[in-house]
Amino acid sequence: MPPLTKKERMQIPRQPMPEQEPLARSRNFLEVNLGFTEELAKMEALRCLQCPKPVCVDGCPVGVKIRDFIQLVGEGDFLGAAAKIKEDNALPAVCGRVCPQEEQCEAKCVVGVKHDPVAIGRLERFVSDYEREKVGIRTPYVKPKTGKKVAIVGSGPAGLSCAGDLIQLGHDVTVFEALHEIGGVLIYGIPEFRLPKNIVKAEVDALRNLGVEFQTNAVIGFTDTIDELFESGYHAVFIAVGAGLPYFMSIPGENFNGVYSANEFLTRVNLMKAYKFPEYDTPVFDCKNKNVAVFGGGNTAMDAVRTAKRLGAKNAYIMYRRSEKEMPARLEEIHHAKQEGVEFVFLTNPLEFLGDEAGWLHGVKLQKMELGEPDTSGRRRPVPIPNSESITDLDMAVVAIGNGSNPIIQKTTPDLSYNKRGNIIVNEETMKTSKTGVFAGGDIVSGGATVILAMGAGRTAAKAIDSFLTTETW
Amino acid sequence: MNKIISAEFLAADIKRFVIEAPKIAAKRKAGQFVIVRIDERGERIPLTIADSNKEQGTITIIVQGIGKTTRAINNLVAEDFFLDVVGPLGKPSHIENFGTAISIGGGVGTAIAFPTAVALKEAGNHTIVINGARNKDLVILEEELKNVADELYITTDDGSYGYYGFVTQKLQELIDSGRKIDFVLAIGPIPMMRAVANTTKPYGIRTVVSLNPVMVDGTGMCGGCRATVDNKTVFVCVDGPEFDAHLVDFDLLTKRNRTYNQSEKAALNNHLCKLDKAFLETVTTES
Repeated sequence: MPPLTKKERMQIPRQPMPEQEPLARSRNFLEVNLGFTEELAKMEALRCLQCPKPVCVDGCPVGVKIRDFIQLVGEGDFLGAAAKIKEDNALPAVCGRVCPQEEQCEAKCVVGVKHDPVAIGRLERFVSDYEREKVGIRTPYVKPKTGKKVAIVGSGPAGLSCAGDLIQLGHDVTVFEALHEIGGVLIYGIPEFRLPKNIVKAEVDALRNLGVEFQTNAVIGFTDTIDELFESGYHAVFIAVGAGLPYFMSIPGENFNGVYSANEFLTRVNLMKAYKFPEYDTPVFDCKNKNVAVFGGGNTAMDAVRTAKRLGAKNAYIMYRRSEKEMPARLEEIHHAKQEGVEFVFLTNPLEFLGDEAGWLHGVKLQKMELGEPDTSGRRRPVPIPNSESITDLDMAVVAIGNGSNPIIQKTTPDLSYNKRGNIIVNEETMKTSKTGVFAGGDIVSGGATVILAMGAGRTAAKAIDSFLTTETW
Repeated sequence: MNKIISAEFLAADIKRFVIEAPKIAAKRKAGQFVIVRIDERGERIPLTIADSNKEQGTITIIVQGIGKTTRAINNLVAEDFFLDVVGPLGKPSHIENFGTAISIGGGVGTAIAFPTAVALKEAGNHTIVINGARNKDLVILEEELKNVADELYITTDDGSYGYYGFVTQKLQELIDSGRKIDFVLAIGPIPMMRAVANTTKPYGIRTVVSLNPVMVDGTGMCGGCRATVDNKTVFVCVDGPEFDAHLVDFDLLTKRNRTYNQSEKAALNNHLCKLDKAFLETVTTES
C-alpha cells in the first residue's frame, strides 16, 4: 500500500476518546476516559502530516518530540513511541490526561487549521499506558554519577519533572514532601476519575527506580530550613512547593459549616479517600440529595463540582461571575461536567452565605452580573447589575477561586526575594532565585497555573541546576 | 514510620506516648504540634508536642481517646509504630519574661500547656500552674508540674482532690488577692478557654489560648482550620495555634468543631460494632 497523501491523511476524522457513559460515571469515581485502542491510536497517528518543521513542539512546555513519537505510533512501535516521549517528559501518563493540549501542542497543529487537530494528548496517554500495562515503565539511560546532590522541595509536577531530568543527568536527587504521599496536586487535587492515583504512583515509582529518593512528612522550613539542606550536603535546592494557600472571597458567612475551600474538599476526597468513608476514617460533607454550589470557573472548580455530583448531590452548580466564554477550565472538563448533569449558572456572584443558629450553611445571596470593559486579564470585567439580588438554597459551597502563596518558605527563608503576593522572584530563563544555589519554579513562582507549565519550569530549572553544578559558577 | 518507645495511661482514656522522631525532637519549640496517622486508612490527627528529648531523639504526645482514631491510637503500645509523624508545625509560643505568668490546663490540655509552662519558667517568669480536672482520677502530670511550677494548684470539678471548683474560680481568687499577674496561658476544652478569657478580660491581663480546630494538612493548604480572631479569618495551622484569647470568636470555633460530629459518631459506632463482632468470634472459637 502506498503511503497516504497529505490530503488523504487530512480526510481521516479525529478519533473520538472512548468514555464511560455519563449517567453511569456520574455515580462512580472510575476514570471517565477509557483510552484509545491500538487501532484508534494507529488511525489517529495517520492524521499527522509529519511536518518538516513540527510547530506543535513549540506549543509544548517540556518540548516533547511530538512528530517523532507519532510516527512511531503509526508504525505500530508503541514502546518506541513511549521511550521517545520520555526523553522529554517524566510523567507522560499524567500529562496525556491533564494537559490542556487544546491550548498548547494541539493549538499549533497544522491539521487543525482546517480540520480538527491531531489528538496528541490522547496518543501520549495511549503509548504511556501501553508501555506501563504491557511491559512496565522502562527506565531510560542514566549518566554516570556526578557526586552532586540536589534537594527538591515539593513533589508536585514541577518537582517531579525536575527530579526526572536531574537524576538522568547523574545527580543525586532527594524530593521532600510535606504530606504523606508523593505527587502534590496530582494526588490531593486532581480526582481519581480524571487521573487515577495508581497511574501517578506508577510514574513516581519509575522515578524511584531511576534512583530518586523521596522523603514524605518533611515540611521544608520547619523540618529543615533551606540553609540546613545546604549544611547537610546538598549542592542545590529547587523550591517547587506550589501555591497552596486557598483564597476565600471575604464575604459574610464564609466560615459556616459546609463552606469549603476546593483544596480542603478535594484533599479530603482524593488524598484521604473520604468518598470511601467509613472504610477510610476521614469524613467529608455528606452531599447525598443536597444542593451544592462551586464558585469559580477553572479546572479545580470542575473537579470539585463533578466530585460533589459523584458523592450524590441532588443539584450541583457551577456559579461563575463571568460568562461561559471566559471560563478558564479545559473545554473537555466543561463538556464532561455538563454531560454529567452539572448545572452552570453564569454571570452570578455570591454576596453572602446564609446559615442557621448552629452554624450550618443553608443558602447564598447571589447577585447577577453583566460584562463590561476588558480588565487586565483581557477578559471582559463582570459588573454587578443593581437590584438583581436573589437567594438560593444551598447545603454545601466550595470556593474554587484560586490560591495565594503558602507562607512557610517565606517565613523561614527571608533571604529570598518575593513579590508582594508572596511569589518567589526568579530569572525566568534559569529559575534562579536571589539566593545562590536556590532555584524555584511552578505555582510558587507563577501563581496558580497548570500541571504542564509547572513541569516546564521544572525542566528549565533542571537544565540550569545541571549547569550550576557542573560549572560551579552561579 | 515512627516507633513508639513507651506508652502509658496517665488516666482513663488519656495516654502518653514517647515516639522516635529525632528531627522533630531537635527542632520543636513550645506550642508547636505534629500530625500523626496510624495506618493507610487513618485520619491525620493534630497533636501538640508535650515534651521532647534531643539526645534520645524522641518526642512526647498525649492523646485522649474520644473518636474512632484517637481510641485506635490509644490501643497502640510500646514497639508499635505510627505510620506518619510530621512536624513541628505551627508557630512556637511567644515566650518572654512577663513577670508573673499563669499556665492553666484543663483535662488533656494540661499536657499541652506543660511545655509552655516549662518555657515560661525557663524564661524567668514566676510561674503559677493551675491544673483542672473533672475528678481525682483524671488529674495528670501532677509530679512533673510540681517540678516546674513555683506554685501549683490542682482543681477538681467535684472536689475529690485539691481545690473544689473550676480553674477560673482559682484564677479569680489569685486576681482578687491583688497580686500582679502579667500573663495567662489557657489550654483545654473550648468552654474553659472561653471562661478564662472572660475572667481576665476586665483586668486587661494578656491572655493566650491554643486553638484546636479540625485540620487536614496542617501547612495552610486546605483552610479547614479557619477561625475568626479580631474579626478576621485566620488559618490556625500556620497563623497559630496560639492567639490572643480576648479576640477569639469561641462561638464560631465551637460550631465549626461540630462539623463532623455525625460522621464521627457513625465511624465510632461502626468501629465498636466490629470490635464486638470480633470479640464474639473469639469467644465462640475459644469455646
